[in-house]
Amino acid sequence: MVELVTEKIEKGAIIGIAGDVDLYSSPEVRQTLMELTGKKTKHLLIDLSRVSYMDSSGVATLVEALQQTNGYKGKLILFGLEAMVKEVFELSRLDKVFNICGTRENALEKLG
Amino acid sequence: MKKPGKASSKHTILENRSKLQDAIELRLPGDPKYLKIIRLALVHCCAHAGFSTDDGQSIALATDEACTNIIKHAYSRESSEPINVVIRIIKNGIQIILRDFGKKVEEKELKSRDLDDIRPGGLGIHFISSIMDKITYDNSCREGNKLVMTKYLPQY
Repeated sequence: MVELVTEKIEKGAIIGIAGDVDLYSSPEVRQTLMELTGKKTKHLLIDLSRVSYMDSSGVATLVEALQQTNGYKGKLILFGLEAMVKEVFELSRLDKVFNICGTRENALEKLG
Repeated sequence: MKKPGKASSKHTILENRSKLQDAIELRLPGDPKYLKIIRLALVHCCAHAGFSTDDGQSIALATDEACTNIIKHAYSRESSEPINVVIRIIKNGIQIILRDFGKKVEEKELKSRDLDDIRPGGLGIHFISSIMDKITYDNSCREGNKLVMTKYLPQY
């Protein structure tokens, strides 16, 4: 079970995800993100502060969204990662690929 | 159409009274909505085995990824096929045995992908091999596959 809340901001959208992101819930996360990238929403800020678990299917969903935003010169920024989620990104070395911030404020600053 | 319910007792674990010392057995449908049950069981057993919370969560992740592979590859997302799970607390750590009855998977297919190749998917095997200390894959079963994964406590 996962909860998704999309908040529009001037330069794009903030997507809040709550719950476990696994093979069961990642299609729902993917659908929300693909709708936004399909509309070429310039910048996506993804709030992971209420995600306590993420597996490789969740990571794959975020990689796909990152590739889409890169494709139209947008930005995808992750923020608020819990220790377990951070570990998943480190294990896959994707912490070097994604733009990861501590807080929502830090993420908004990155948009300039 | 297949009628629901009425499982034959020879196909259930209900009649099995063999002893279970420091082990639990789960039998779940190969449906992603039940993965969380396996993760919760793992976190609980890992704490009893003496692992830290972080290590318990990592072991749960490795097991979740192995079950995900069963659902995606062995069962081609056919969700009513069973995944049998045995979690055993051993003297120096924890052992997890996963048994499926789906398509046989060749060992060469269980390779981790190059992490520099940034693309969606293909990370599950990398997570399993990074987290677990010993992984034995057995496809010699008459039907399906068996995977045995062991994680030792840090002091071992």
